Amino acid sequence: MKNKSTDFTNAAELLALCERKDIPISEAMIQREVAKFDDDRATVEARMLKTLNVMRESVERSQTEKMKLLGGYIGGESKDMMNYMKKNGAMGGTISRAAAFAMGVIEWNASMGRIAAAPTAGSAGVLPGILAAMEEAYHFDDEHLVRALFNAGAIGYIIGRNATLSGAEGGCQAEVGAASAMAASMVCELFGGSPAVCLAAAGDAISNILGLICDPIGGLVESPCQKRNAMGVSNAIISAEIALATGGRTLVPFDEVVTVMYNVGRSIPYQLRETALGGLATTPSVKNLKPGCAACGACK
Amino acid sequence: MRELSVFDIIGPIMIGPSSSHTAGALKIARIARKLAKSRIISVRFQLYGSFATTYKGHGTDRALVGGILGYATDDYRIRDSFDWAQKAGIDVVFEEMENEIDAHPNTVDITVTEEDGTVSSIRGASVGGGEIEITRINGCDIRYSGKNNAVIVQQYDKPGVIASIAKIFEVFNVNISNMSVFCEEKDEAAFSILEIDGDFNELGMEALCRQPNILSAMYIKVK
Repeated sequence: MKNKSTDFTNAAELLALCERKDIPISEAMIQREVAKFDDDRATVEARMLKTLNVMRESVERSQTEKMKLLGGYIGGESKDMMNYMKKNGAMGGTISRAAAFAMGVIEWNASMGRIAAAPTAGSAGVLPGILAAMEEAYHFDDEHLVRALFNAGAIGYIIGRNATLSGAEGGCQAEVGAASAMAASMVCELFGGSPAVCLAAAGDAISNILGLICDPIGGLVESPCQKRNAMGVSNAIISAEIALATGGRTLVPFDEVVTVMYNVGRSIPYQLRETALGGLATTPSVKNLKPGCAACGACK
Repeated sequence: MRELSVFDIIGPIMIGPSSSHTAGALKIARIARKLAKSRIISVRFQLYGSFATTYKGHGTDRALVGGILGYATDDYRIRDSFDWAQKAGIDVVFEEMENEIDAHPNTVDITVTEEDGTVSSIRGASVGGGEIEITRINGCDIRYSGKNNAVIVQQYDKPGVIASIAKIFEVFNVNISNMSVFCEEKDEAAFSILEIDGDFNELGMEALCRQPNILSAMYIKVK
């Protein structure tokens, strides 16, 4: 196995690798990528910078452009939040701003904007929302933010490899839950947390969302996805802060949490896994809504 | 199992809103486009399952038309693909179909008519995360993921045909990573799908078409 010294298949192996080489998770993920796909480091880093810039653009344009959403079940909530916070202050500080940005990205996605799936389109708001708010509040540079994305990618890779990142297979816990775990770990590394602290934060973030179903209204990536992305943001930052504060004290290690998430996902009924046959999607209030109607209300 | 890259997790970069209903749909149509040898003048899209019920809300229709125009999954022209198709002189028609037994929930049949009158068709399914599978070409049930460059050969199922196909690839120094033959039982013609490492060229395709018992060959370049 030529890549043995850089490859890992779960969190335990990743942690051992990081501790043996005394490197952060982001560095382990970069080294794995370079070795596994025979790429050079500069190319891999440049590609991630491009992805970061797509994320930045999706936040920026969701705040400045007038968007026409395909379904119209949602629209304008992110700007409403920003305006409200401008007048009244943000109760949650960076969390509130990150949540508002994340909601904007989901609106941008629903208006056929360009996004980076992270790990999916339906959960694509969490990482950019947090990165944009962190950049604004703490002035991290490109290098730090690119590293943060490699860290998040390592967490997503472990979940995707050993469980699932698909709402159709595992419910929303596999999409927003995974994004939240990725973001929690990423934030820990940005603030100097060790690999063990990052993994504890990621595990806690998923633990908090275990069992979350996927029940998209009208079958579209709009509602409840948008606000669940906001929730994924707050859960990530809180999980990161707890892990940083406690040195990553937690009872169940990340790999075991991932297994639980997978098993829980498999036991979620089919109707509650992206099929729009249950949950909020079939409530009396939304049952007769047609896409587009939600926004204009003329047919009510 | 294919190894996951960090860019499978943080990415792909795509026009929203859905990897399966938008990006995946576009990829199927892009393969339909590659079946055409002359200018495309009209395309019929028949939508099944979740494609049929949610295509407008997912921009599936615009993504499919964008694929016919050869756009990448992150091309902003997808938003106005109907206008671009009109400018290119391509008529498009959409039909919502009753679900067919055995078809994957996100399935589309694409029928392409070229200016020389040639009609070809494919069936594709968007199987999740932007991954696709082509399951039918010109009425023949096949399997092709669209991940590797492929040469699709239509041939009479006669002794020596497969060997003569393989010979051409050897002469042009192209490695066949996977080869499958479909519809052998039919009298008319069988289909061979040869997934290759690297690229194939015009000369190779011409040489292939000159072989006895080979009716046609199409090159599908996806990377």
